[in-house]
Amino acid sequence: MAQVIYDHVTKRFDGVIAVNDLTLEVKDGEFLVLVGPSGCGKTTALRCLAGLEEVSSGDIIIGDRVVTHIPPKDRDIAMVFQNYALYPHMTVYENMAFGLKLRKMPKQEIDRRVKEVAEMLGIQDLLNRKPRQLSGGQRQRVALGRAIVREPQVFLMDEPLSNLDAKLRVQTRGELIKLQRRLGVTTIYVTHDQVEAMTMGHRIAVMNQGVLQQLDTPENLYDHPANLFVATFIGSPAMNIFPARVVTGEGAVRLVAGDVTLESPAEQRGRLAEYANREVLVGIRPEDLIVQPGQVGEDRHLRLPVEIVEPLGSETLVHLRGPVGTLIAKADPHVHFSPGELASVRVKIEHLHAFDPQTELALF
Amino acid sequence: MVGSNRLSSRLVLLYLPLALFTIFLLFPFYWMLIISLKPNNLLLNMKINPLYLTQFTLDHYRYLLSNTDFPRWALNTAIVTFGATFLSLTSSILMGYALGRFRFRGGNVAGTAIFLAYLIPPTLLFIPLSQVVARFGLYNTYWALIFTYPTFLIPFASWLLMGYFRTIPRELEECAMIDGASRFQAMWRIILPLALPGVLSAGIFSFTLSWNEFLYALVFMGSGEMKTIPVGTVSDLIRADLFQWGPLMAAAMLGSVPVAIAYMFFVDQYVSGLTAGAVKG
Amino acid sequence: MTTAPAGTVRQVMSFRLRDRVRHWLDSEPVLAYLFMSPGWLILLLFMSYPFFLGIWISLTDRTVGLPSGEFVGLRNYTELFRDRTFHLTVINTFIYGFVTVPFKLFLGLLLALLLNQAFPMRNVLRAALLLPWIVPTALSSLAWLMLYDAVLSPFSWLLKNWGLIESNIAFLGTRTNAIISLCIANIWRGTPFFAVAILAGLQAVPQELHEAAAIEGANRVQRFFAVTLPVIKGIVVITTLFSIIWTFADFQLVYVLTKGGPANSTHIFGTYAWQIGIGGAGKLGIGAAISLYMFPVLAVLSAILLRYVRSQEA
Repeated sequence: MAQVIYDHVTKRFDGVIAVNDLTLEVKDGEFLVLVGPSGCGKTTALRCLAGLEEVSSGDIIIGDRVVTHIPPKDRDIAMVFQNYALYPHMTVYENMAFGLKLRKMPKQEIDRRVKEVAEMLGIQDLLNRKPRQLSGGQRQRVALGRAIVREPQVFLMDEPLSNLDAKLRVQTRGELIKLQRRLGVTTIYVTHDQVEAMTMGHRIAVMNQGVLQQLDTPENLYDHPANLFVATFIGSPAMNIFPARVVTGEGAVRLVAGDVTLESPAEQRGRLAEYANREVLVGIRPEDLIVQPGQVGEDRHLRLPVEIVEPLGSETLVHLRGPVGTLIAKADPHVHFSPGELASVRVKIEHLHAFDPQTELALF
Repeated sequence: MVGSNRLSSRLVLLYLPLALFTIFLLFPFYWMLIISLKPNNLLLNMKINPLYLTQFTLDHYRYLLSNTDFPRWALNTAIVTFGATFLSLTSSILMGYALGRFRFRGGNVAGTAIFLAYLIPPTLLFIPLSQVVARFGLYNTYWALIFTYPTFLIPFASWLLMGYFRTIPRELEECAMIDGASRFQAMWRIILPLALPGVLSAGIFSFTLSWNEFLYALVFMGSGEMKTIPVGTVSDLIRADLFQWGPLMAAAMLGSVPVAIAYMFFVDQYVSGLTAGAVKG
Repeated sequence: MTTAPAGTVRQVMSFRLRDRVRHWLDSEPVLAYLFMSPGWLILLLFMSYPFFLGIWISLTDRTVGLPSGEFVGLRNYTELFRDRTFHLTVINTFIYGFVTVPFKLFLGLLLALLLNQAFPMRNVLRAALLLPWIVPTALSSLAWLMLYDAVLSPFSWLLKNWGLIESNIAFLGTRTNAIISLCIANIWRGTPFFAVAILAGLQAVPQELHEAAAIEGANRVQRFFAVTLPVIKGIVVITTLFSIIWTFADFQLVYVLTKGGPANSTHIFGTYAWQIGIGGAGKLGIGAAISLYMFPVLAVLSAILLRYVRSQEA
């Protein structure tokens, strides 16, 4: 077990920068998720750590060793690939024993470890099968088992759940979390799925276009996104964003969007006042819009027409025609909305976010 | 009614044409076989129907094996075939691996060059090549053919193996390298076993092409006892206009048997190799 | 944010000093060239070198007995212009290389379509019918040599027996007969290659397409042109080009059956180059020139083939 450090790592492919000056410290035993849209550099960052790609500049440290120029086999890591990469000509047992054999471990020790891990994962009955005889979920377990028997310092996982069907994915997600907490091995997990990221990681590193956007716990990432990208990437449905003009006067700071006026959160007045008479981007999460059908509610609530209603069972998404574009609100599934009607909307002002329109950095 | 109708249409549209093709394509082999077994007195007797075998004898085979250099030619052919196949296969596995799996500047150019090399026929090169062989002191030695056959075997086999290596997911090799294998261990223990069908195809092909080669063998080893089976049979068993048809056909039979056997065992690999050659070039 | 601890800095230094060569050897481009080197070495020594040497030899009057030879410019090439045998050689090669192709293609396609049906022993027959292609051509040509024999030919015997002819046919006795005979033997050898290649293509034709076309009311022939042909077109074109190149540059069949006779009237480039350059007078210069006359045609065919293969890959 060990810490992992990316120290100003940059990776270029023929002039394209895939990873740009990434500096990141993963703590010993931590489950760190690298998340971002496809092409954001997260997989390249992982492959650099594995030694499958040579970094263009910077250093990578595992434990207390600089491994930047060490071949993959000597980095003491194990990796689970998206397509599992099981060796098709070997049985499950041979797949799991391969890495140990290469390390010239005694036969009995290999046997003991393979059987122990197989039991832990519930694949002890599959040891003599070939990969093609296994289901997708079984293959995934074997791939995981092959990594675990090695007892490496770090686990690297590249979207290991994305080839499973939805139900199995949720189930395996839970098992993977338990397993990691139990083994306590430093794990770096790459995914494009923000739900996976939020549920699995101790901390999450959000990447976009090769640049690390924010590194934080799931809660902080959700409540205090550092910039517009993180705000819209994390959370489903995504945070509502709309431009609004900052108006000051009569001791108050207000945000004006179309015919809607919102009071500034009390503690952010000073910060917003700097933008007086300029536009900012306002963000509000769907659950921070409290909607009720009809005209009920107080005067200060907004009245917005309902466009579409999406009942999801556990909640209902209500699309509202906002002052500028559509706003999505989460509503109680037992309350009925119909398109065309007006709805009463209360904005949880204290949960409002605002972003600088140029830098896209969060004001609050 | 419907059934018999179908049967008769199948007879005309399928079985009859197939029968004609079979006669056309296999008759020369049938002829080869019966002549090789026919006693000499019947062979030249044009009164009787030549298409049947009324008596048979192994005299021609006996003559071929004891009174001619055929056994020596067979040995020569085998040595050259195995030597050239081994050399070509080894270089082609490495070449195909490099072209199929490595990203490097010039990779496409190298692939194209290999493809074009495949299209250069021996008839274009044999005269200057005879000078090269002589200059290197290889004339009338096994090395003359072991080194020159690869000129048409390597392009073909590399092209075929390149396609094969490309079908094997990169992750397998990467995973092996993370698991603790060096690049060569990953190649030897993971990639090569998976490419085995391709290696087999390339091997069968190289074997047949070497065994069958004629022009280079004629020019570089065409004298003395270093002849291969095709060259020896054609040049030594036909003396002036005196055709010894019996031994000649016996030699043709025996010379064809190894490739026919190799081919029967691996017909699928052979066909996939052939079509890979035709389809992928 | 982070700097490496002091201990690791030393490791970086030692890497720079010790493992540099190993590291260099492990980079993909270096390994790629390393892996390709045995193959390229052989091809350079025994293919590229002789190719350029051949161009040089064709510009000299080098002979087997006089291996140095003098530079004579393009004389070998221009002299061939006036050589009647060479004229015949050019004509023969084009007949042999191009006229046989439609027959091989048609018969091969037909055979492939037949073999694509389901019937008992299909795989055995498929294997057996490929024999003409895989057996040593020099040896199978010997069987044809006897089938074409002036006295012993079973074809002549049969036709006489049926009363169709009076005396034996001289299959190889006149130029016209000999060329037809050569072409038939070549078609015999080449048809299975077309059949097997096209058969592989046929097996890639999606069954659903046939069914969809059948539902829309297309008959067998219409389905062949609408569904089958577009799918196998690539294979057909590539197979045809390969076949032309190989036949154009053939040697064995003609060498065994006619040796260019009667009276040097059935030579193709390969056999004539052999006869002039090696077999008879050993005039290497002229022989090399004859071979090189093939080059423009081969280059054009190769270029077409390469372009086509490229477009298929894309």
